Amino acid sequence: MTGQELLDSVAKLFGQKLHAKTEFRGETTYTIAASDLREISKLCRDDLSFDYLIDITSIDNAGEEPRFELVYELYSMTLAIHLRLKLKIGEDERPDTVSDIWPTANWHEREVYDMMGIKFKGHPDLRRILMWDGYPFFPLRKEFPLEGLPSEMPDVAFTKSAPLEGGPFVTRPSTATTKDREPRARPPEL
Amino acid sequence: MAETRASAYDSKIEGNVIFTRLDAAFNWVRKNSLWPMPMGLACCAIELMATAASRFDIARFGAEVMRFSPRQCDVMIVAGTVTYKMALAVKRIYEQMPEPKYVIAMGACASTGGMYRSYAVLQGIDQLLPVDVYISGCPPRPEALLAGLMKLQEKISREKSFAAQKPQWTKKFTGASA
Repeated sequence: MTGQELLDSVAKLFGQKLHAKTEFRGETTYTIAASDLREISKLCRDDLSFDYLIDITSIDNAGEEPRFELVYELYSMTLAIHLRLKLKIGEDERPDTVSDIWPTANWHEREVYDMMGIKFKGHPDLRRILMWDGYPFFPLRKEFPLEGLPSEMPDVAFTKSAPLEGGPFVTRPSTATTKDREPRARPPEL
Repeated sequence: MAETRASAYDSKIEGNVIFTRLDAAFNWVRKNSLWPMPMGLACCAIELMATAASRFDIARFGAEVMRFSPRQCDVMIVAGTVTYKMALAVKRIYEQMPEPKYVIAMGACASTGGMYRSYAVLQGIDQLLPVDVYISGCPPRPEALLAGLMKLQEKISREKSFAAQKPQWTKKFTGASA
């Protein structure tokens, strides 16, 4: 089987369960329903040779409904083919875990939970992975400010807001000196 | 011809006695054997390693004995980004070092948080520890670290060793009276 045949058999096998298809520079992306995730994942691994889950990431489309989007990057070691699955998830919904299908998903789902606050149903050990247990915020959500929020966990860790001096800002394209292009503070009226 | 050698009080120790102040003698010993605690947290630690290796040779300043036990260290070189997750661990290691102890904040991150104006990064280790020397650079070159070490040696040579060490900091950072 070639890579293209594999992708064709993905479309054939799942049919109506694949909602929208996007192709960009040879990468295939399918949108699926959150309820179909486990079934599709299992078949992808067992029958379609997608034996490697590269990554799980999440997107916060704040203001939209449903709010979050999960992205699963699959890879077939035998045929060297990528497949991307996307699904939308509401703020109060809990997507199924795939950590029993690809064990690597265990830590990826912990990271998604840590940064975005999405809780996975059936995960064996859903703890924070980067921040410490007891940190009260989910830092990659849109409502979380870049400079951070103060928090305190006695004897574990604390956080403070970082001084941004009116930032964040990027370099202004010009031939001026660094001092003018990247001032220490840039008030909004300028 | 008669010998003109001056007669010693005690010929056995003549030539082996040095008169100096006790402070100066102590400081001379201390500043020339600063054993570092290599608190390598990010890329600055690579430059710290280069400083310790043969080309830059921190052994010329008596500071080559990197100790991985804080009990045996004199100076903590905070080399790298201090995240909030690591911050209290750094402080705890500092507290385990015996007095007199010194801190070098190596590089932009350890001094100010550097380019990480972020929720996850402590904005300068001086919020937790009394820093003696700040070194600029991202990362600083080994020469800069050696210059910082020499600055620290100058500072130590001016100290009053028998006065209580850093009473103002003891009060500020532990709440205890010196």
